[in-house]
Amino acid sequence: MDAHAWQVFAQSFDDILIPGLCMTIPLTVAAFSLCMVVALLLAMVQYAKVPVLRQFARFYIWIFRGTPLLVQLFIVYYGLPRVGIVIHEVVAAIAVIGLNYAAYCAETIRAALESVPVGQVEAGYCTGLSYIQIMRRIVLPQAMKTAFPTLSNSLISMLKDTSLAANITVMEMLQKTKQIVARTYEPLVLYIEVGLIYLAFSTILTWLQGRGERRLSTHRVKRRRNENADA
Amino acid sequence: MPMLEVKGITKGFGTLDVLRGVDLTVERGDVVAILGPSGSGKTTLLRCINFLETADAGTLVFDGESFELGHVSKRDIARLRKKTAFVFQNYNLFSNKTALENVTEGLILGHKMPKTQARDVGRRALDRVGLSDRYDYYPDQLSGGQQQRVAIARAIAPEPEIIYFDEPTSALDPELTVEVLAVMRRLAEDGMTMLVVTHEMGFARTVSNRVIFMEDGVVAESGPSKEFFENPKEERTKAFLRSIGTTMAGESGKKENQAKE
Ligand SMILES: Nc1ncnc2c1ncn2[C@@H]1O[C@H](COP(=O)(O)OP(=O)(O)O)[C@@H](O)[C@H]1O
Ligand SMILES: [Mg+2]
Repeated sequence: MDAHAWQVFAQSFDDILIPGLCMTIPLTVAAFSLCMVVALLLAMVQYAKVPVLRQFARFYIWIFRGTPLLVQLFIVYYGLPRVGIVIHEVVAAIAVIGLNYAAYCAETIRAALESVPVGQVEAGYCTGLSYIQIMRRIVLPQAMKTAFPTLSNSLISMLKDTSLAANITVMEMLQKTKQIVARTYEPLVLYIEVGLIYLAFSTILTWLQGRGERRLSTHRVKRRRNENADA
Repeated sequence: MPMLEVKGITKGFGTLDVLRGVDLTVERGDVVAILGPSGSGKTTLLRCINFLETADAGTLVFDGESFELGHVSKRDIARLRKKTAFVFQNYNLFSNKTALENVTEGLILGHKMPKTQARDVGRRALDRVGLSDRYDYYPDQLSGGQQQRVAIARAIAPEPEIIYFDEPTSALDPELTVEVLAVMRRLAEDGMTMLVVTHEMGFARTVSNRVIFMEDGVVAESGPSKEFFENPKEERTKAFLRSIGTTMAGESGKKENQAKE
């Protein structure tokens, strides 16, 4: 590798990192928040067997899981203006990525809800709890703990998939890198560089996941201390 | 006036008729044992009485109030459930809650009791089942016998008018069975009304005052416990008692240990 390549590598670091911090990460946070809300709703209407909405959820998941994310981005960003709906590229990216991932996360959450023994739901009824109370206090907390590792996985996946937004002109890390490549003709080092930054971001998320999982399993010890304190 | 009366209850699953017209009466303070071979519909009967299953037909009279089974409103079900409690074969404790929280959850949310009072009541209920040193343990940190005793504490805490037990010791080792039966015996002595599906003949004979013997979805024989064990009338009952190896000899009690083989 020649000196020019290394020089470009070093000089571009900030230029790539900044859209990472200012676009890739906020985009991921926004899309994942949307994803969680929609996924939870999709999972709950199926778990509770709500008529009509439950069929809608199956249909939704069928569509979003069955077509490529990139195609969905193109339809919304390049297609919809044809019928007069123009959406800002960042909004389109948040919406499409969030709604797409919701289809997968809904399945994760539904499976986790169903893994909570029905006996606990029945015991809830027998102790005088309502359906909502049983969901909120018994089923959801256990389901979210079960779903946590898989959902973390989806979050990491989503972080990387925000790079697809480059295709609809969102100025995120990959898009920025492409611009620098066009200017400097150093594709190898620059694409490796952006890859390393993605790797750093995912590594941080993986570390956070580990901490979260440990917290979920040690939470009982802490709880016990609190209980004793108030006794 | 009986506290609980069930008349002509029927229930089928698909083409299988599980309950084919069961009648049953429980007076206040009664301990009624329901016996019968596996598959005879005992669990289904209890579940229908507490609306965990919807019976196809029948009448339920609770505290003089009559309900047409299969047509009971959600609100009435919720109201009736606050006067009853259910102890399951496999405990069904909330695994994300401590022993104390398992007991207080229903008091606070279902019975709208203030939190501090609920904790007091909860601790007292756990004391009654001998778990004063396990308030803050999670279900997976407790033995089966301890879990079932937490479930019993959860059942008695709201002071229900009747407790339904569905084979409360069937999932337990013999040593643990003894501790759970001892707790149930004490409850009975304190005058708690109980309807207990069990295979523990020692318990049925010495603690319950009446026995109902079920077979194939009907009551084959019922009567006072003493009479039932010492002088069964029906051939089927005799065969059942022989099959579970209960001796008809006069000695009673202290049989909990052996009864479960
Ligand atoms: N939810 C269900 N769906 C279909 N069949 C059931 C269901 N629950 C119970 N049964 C059937 O009903 C019969 C009686 O079951 P159960 O009430 O559990 O009997 P027991 O408690 O006396 O052993 C059995 O044949 C069982 O297979
Ligand atoms: Mg049973």
